[in-house]
Amino acid sequence: MTKKYHQNMLDKIAEEARRGRISRRDFMHYSMAAGVTATTATGLWTKEAAAQPKKGGNFRWGLHDGNTSDTHDPGTYVTRQMIFLAHTHRSYLTMINGDGSLGPDLADSWSASDDASEWTFELTKNATFHSGKKLTADDVIASLNHHRGDKTTSAAKALLTDVTDITKDGDYTVKVALKGGNADFPWLMTDYHMAICPANDDGTIDWKSGDGTGPYKIDSGEFGVQWKLSRHEGWHREGAYFDTVEILVLNDPNARQTALVTGDVHSVSLVELKTMALLQRDKNIVIDNVPSAAAITMPMFCDTAPFDNVDVRNAMKLAMNRDEIIEKITFGAATKANDFHLSPAQPYWPDDIPQREYDPDQAKSLLKKAGAEGLKVNLSTADSVYAGAVDMAVLYAEHAKAAGITVNVVREPNDGYYSDVWLVKPFTLVSWGARPTPDVMFTLAYKDDAAWNESHWKNPRFNELLLQAKGELDDTLRAEMYREMCMLMRDDGGTIIPFFNNFVYAHRSNVGVPDQLAASWECDGARAASRWWFNS
Amino acid sequence: MGDILRLVARRLGLGVVTLFVVSILIFFAVELLPGDIAEAVLGQSATQETVAAMREQLGLDRPAPVRYVEWLSGAVQGDFGVSLVSGERVSAAIGPRFRNTLFLAAYAAVIAVPLAIILGIIVALLRNTVFDRVANVLTLTSISSPEFFLGYILILYLSVKTSMFPAIASLSHGMSFGDLLYRSFLPALTLVLVVTAHMMRMTRAAIINLLASPYIEMARLKGVPPWKVIVRHALPNAWAPIINVVALNLAYLITGVVLVEVVFVYPGVGQLLVDAVSKRDFPVVQACCLIFAATFILLNLAADVGSILTNPRLRHPK
Repeated sequence: MTKKYHQNMLDKIAEEARRGRISRRDFMHYSMAAGVTATTATGLWTKEAAAQPKKGGNFRWGLHDGNTSDTHDPGTYVTRQMIFLAHTHRSYLTMINGDGSLGPDLADSWSASDDASEWTFELTKNATFHSGKKLTADDVIASLNHHRGDKTTSAAKALLTDVTDITKDGDYTVKVALKGGNADFPWLMTDYHMAICPANDDGTIDWKSGDGTGPYKIDSGEFGVQWKLSRHEGWHREGAYFDTVEILVLNDPNARQTALVTGDVHSVSLVELKTMALLQRDKNIVIDNVPSAAAITMPMFCDTAPFDNVDVRNAMKLAMNRDEIIEKITFGAATKANDFHLSPAQPYWPDDIPQREYDPDQAKSLLKKAGAEGLKVNLSTADSVYAGAVDMAVLYAEHAKAAGITVNVVREPNDGYYSDVWLVKPFTLVSWGARPTPDVMFTLAYKDDAAWNESHWKNPRFNELLLQAKGELDDTLRAEMYREMCMLMRDDGGTIIPFFNNFVYAHRSNVGVPDQLAASWECDGARAASRWWFNS
Repeated sequence: MGDILRLVARRLGLGVVTLFVVSILIFFAVELLPGDIAEAVLGQSATQETVAAMREQLGLDRPAPVRYVEWLSGAVQGDFGVSLVSGERVSAAIGPRFRNTLFLAAYAAVIAVPLAIILGIIVALLRNTVFDRVANVLTLTSISSPEFFLGYILILYLSVKTSMFPAIASLSHGMSFGDLLYRSFLPALTLVLVVTAHMMRMTRAAIINLLASPYIEMARLKGVPPWKVIVRHALPNAWAPIINVVALNLAYLITGVVLVEVVFVYPGVGQLLVDAVSKRDFPVVQACCLIFAATFILLNLAADVGSILTNPRLRHPK
């Protein structure tokens, strides 16, 4: 087939799709038959066929979770206001695409040495700061160094501890040297702290001015209240359809909902699950219920009786009716988990591991085998962990009764839960934010010597695989390793994982959104401002 | 008149002492809260090194009294320092928000005070009639329900169902005065509903209290019409308690509106104070609390001066 023939055929398929005659599935099918790869076909569908983004308009965006005490310092990013604003006025080296793959942002391409211990990022030559300054390697180096060194106050310090050196090779190439191999390093660059700011002459960054290379530049604003931004003409990537963007901090759930219903805002970043069903009846509102990698975990200390026996741990896992918990506690806005900390929204998720179901009889027999019949345990929890955390613990206690386990729910104070209860009490309820890759998550909370190894789980095979997989550049081999690790977590690990909480947000129906919404944050990976558009 | 000036000067002097005591209390109250700013800012991802680095940068590794004296020496020269979290000047952080708070308080007061007093006079005049009962029941209901609930009710009927007024204030720079009044109408109305009952009931009670006095009886016997009895004869003697209640409610309008701010997303001082406390941002907490304390001191002073001026017996003590 000649290239021209290709193009003709694709144009025809795209035209059909535009008229609504073929579905997305058919489009993918035909395009692939025409010799296009799956990724390109997805891109074509969003770009050419279904979605025809229009430019223009003022996008008003209501966010939960913003304080007046927030700042522009990437090292202290923590609230949604900071993170969503960062994705709107600043850029990162890489970004997570709608389909969950890793795409370019400031870096056009990246490559690793054979052992994955040195990474080279080729920067785009088209990126400029809002002040007009061109982006160069110096800015990237200073921005990454902001999270390194003894003096740093950055919350992301731990992510970059393996980095030994960051150097430039010309103005548009950055080389990062690591202590050991890390095949996930480009994924780490999507972490919300890694925003690129302009460098000062002394190698520090100027974060106070709010300058960035993102799709929108800040015109005015105040933390905890609102931000007004306008398009940064000549932004280095595609998108940024709105002329202007207004970010409003709406911490009160009712204020957020009313603003959406009355049309004061076009999208909100969080919908209360209790009222989700009512909101769904409004024809002008579309609810986005997107599976995420954020998880609720229930770690049991594997070195403390009775959890030092793997049969007891598995009995505890079998004694949970996840379906009922998802239905009653999360109102269906969650994805059932399988006792391994890897979500379908993350790369390398193994889809062939059988789901663990509620089975009180098997739990009973496991307890009998372990000689632990009539088991009594304390489960520590607090309301602040998750909306409904205490209710969930009580519900679980009811499920466990059928397996002959007495779960005594201990309600701990909200203040200081993560310093006095988590990692201190042997059986707790914990909420985890999403991490970009399995390696980051496993290293953080399941590695034998991790400070946050919340279940005190020390499995030699798991730790061996973790190291191996980290430096492995062959994706198929890596996927196999992660699958084996997941099996170990599921069948030997000390953590019950009931569910991954979904992101539940909403937009008005006059807002166009891509076919696939990124699962890294609410509102299309926090990039709604540059990825969404007005239909009319 | 000299007596009043002396009284004002003395009260202002005492007020300064009060502010000083308040500042000490606030400082050590913030110190007593578990965790410090470094832990609050870094949150769950805090490590020992990053917390130590941040404490050193902010000077939190020095003893508390030293830090207090440093802050105080700046404060007496009018320098309230910089916010520990954002590095912004405290005056710059609070200034625009305090203006917003004052605007909302003034907006509500301009409606509520005349409304409450006029209603109070009318219900005193028509006491024990249906009008009196209805007015009492309505105002007592509105004062008895929490402000945020009132706010939600107003949003439901005036915003969602009829879309007469915006549900969220979302003020911005360069808004015209009319726009400002329109966008902040619902929060102001909520506050009006909350404070009216108190002032109205006090006006009614103070007037009715006087109606049993012999000089009112005399006026009535002379054939003065009932409204004139109340407005000309009873009201002048009733001003003192009314002024006191008005002052208290005005202070409430400035210091107690954080819930209303949250419901209507109104950028006032209350939200700033709550955020600053949760981050242990001492200079901001201190400045907000001193503003609130000063508000109470000044309004109480104004109430006392007002009572004296309206009462010749107090103006010329024996």
